[in-house]
Amino acid sequence: MIQVFSKEVGGFLNSLIAYIVIGVFLTAIGLLTWIFKDTSILDNGFANLDTLFTLGPYVLVFLIPAITMKSFAEERKLGTMELLQTKPLTDWDILLGKFFASVILVLCALLPTLVYYYTIYQLGDPVGNVDSSGIAGSYVGLFLLGMVFCSIGILASSITNNQIIAFLVAAFLCFLFYSGFESFSALVLEGGQGLFIRQLGILYHYESLSRGLIDSRDVIYFISVCFVFLLSTKTVLGSRSW
Amino acid sequence: MSITVRNLTKIYGTKPAVNNISFSVGPGEVVGFLGPNGAGKSTTMKIMTGYLPPTEGSVMVCDQEVSRQRSVRKTIGYLPEHNPLYLDMYVHEFLTFVGKVYGMRGADLKRKVAETVERCGLTIEQNKKIEMLSKGYRQRVGLAQALLHDPQVLILDEPTTGLDPNQIVEIRQLIKSISANKTVLFSTHIMQEVQALCHRAVIINQGELVADDTIDNLIARSSENSLESVFRDLTKNPVA
Repeated sequence: MIQVFSKEVGGFLNSLIAYIVIGVFLTAIGLLTWIFKDTSILDNGFANLDTLFTLGPYVLVFLIPAITMKSFAEERKLGTMELLQTKPLTDWDILLGKFFASVILVLCALLPTLVYYYTIYQLGDPVGNVDSSGIAGSYVGLFLLGMVFCSIGILASSITNNQIIAFLVAAFLCFLFYSGFESFSALVLEGGQGLFIRQLGILYHYESLSRGLIDSRDVIYFISVCFVFLLSTKTVLGSRSW
Repeated sequence: MSITVRNLTKIYGTKPAVNNISFSVGPGEVVGFLGPNGAGKSTTMKIMTGYLPPTEGSVMVCDQEVSRQRSVRKTIGYLPEHNPLYLDMYVHEFLTFVGKVYGMRGADLKRKVAETVERCGLTIEQNKKIEMLSKGYRQRVGLAQALLHDPQVLILDEPTTGLDPNQIVEIRQLIKSISANKTVLFSTHIMQEVQALCHRAVIINQGELVADDTIDNLIARSSENSLESVFRDLTKNPVA
C-alpha cells in the first residue's frame, strides 16, 4: 500500500494538482472568511470561525472530486490498471494507497487555516475569548468530512474512465451526503422518520462534532461511511472477474 | 514445466474468447504465441498473469496456480499489450516504484534499477519523463519494468507492434539477450520475428488451439515452405 501511496503523493506534487487545490481552497476560504462583507468575521463581530466551518464543506464538495477524479479513471484510460493489478499488490493496496494520498492532500489544505484560529484568538475581547473546544471539534469534523468526500470521489473515479463523469458524480454524491439528507428530512413531517433521515447525512454529525464534544457515535458514522464507499470501490475493481 | 495451460476456457458474456486450450512451455524455452487479431492471445496472457480469472481450466506458472496464489506474480514479468506506462513519471522514478512494489529496498533496489536501466539501453534516457520518449524507448521501459525483479517467466504481449524496422531489430535483440536464462512466451503476428527468436510456436485461431509444434516442423507442413503460409492455412477464417 505504501508504494502506491508514495507514488500518488509524488504524482500530486509533480503535477500542479496539489498546489492548485491547496491554493484555490485557501484563497476561496480566505476571501470568504476575512474579505467578503457578507461572511467576513471582521464584520460579524463575534470571535468565531463559523464562516470557515459552514462554507468550507461547500468548497470541498468541488475540490475533493477534482483531486480524486483521476485516481482510477486515468489508470483505466491509460491501461496502467492492468500493470498495477498484475503486480504483487492487492486491490486494497491500490485503493487505500490512493485514498490516503488524497486524504493527506486535504489535510495539507486544512492545516494552514489554523492561523485563522490564532488570529481570532488574538482578536477576541478579552484575548482568548474563543470557544476553543468547539473549534477543535469542528476541525475534527471537517477532516472526517474530507475523508468521506475522498472515499466518494475514489468510488466515482473507479466506475468510469472519463474524468469529467467521475468529477460530476462525485460532486453530486458529496453534496447529497453533506446536505441532501437534511433537505429530504424537511419533507418528512413525522419526527422519528425525519430524524432518521437526517442522521444518514453528514451535516447532522458534523454539527454535533462542532459543538465541541467528540462523540464516538459521530466518529463511527464517518468511518463507516468511508468504509462503505471504499468497500464498494473494491467491489468495482474486482468486477473484472465476474 | 514453467508454464502449463490446462483446458483453459474464458467466456465473455456468452461468447467464448478462449476455448479449451492446453499447452506448456518448458524452462528456458522461448515460445511464440501466434494468432490473428481477436484470436484470444491477449485474453490468454491476461489469464496467465492473473489479471483475469479463467472461466474454466487453469494456468500453472512455476508449479503455482496463477488464479489462486498471489505470490506467483513475483516469478512473472509481464509486458501488457499497448505497453501502458505512467507518462508523467521519470524513467528512473517509475522503475524505482516498480521495484518497491516487488518488495525491493535500499541498496538492492538501487542496484537492480541501475542494472536494468543499463541492460535495456536506457542509460541516457533514465532522467527523462516517459512522455518525452520515442515509442522504441517506451517499449524498452515497458520491458525494463517486466525484467526488473528478475522473473523466471516473461510474458510479452506484442512487444514489437508499432515500432519502426530499426526499433524492431533492437527490441528483438534485447529479447534475445534476456531470454538466455528465462522462459519467454511472446505474442506477435510477425512471422520473421518468430523465426528469429524462438524454437517453437503455439498458434491459436478463434479461441482454439490449431498448432503447437517446432518451427521446423511447422514449415515442413506448409505448401510453400514458409511459416507465413502455415499461419495463413491454419487461421483462414470463413468469410461471414
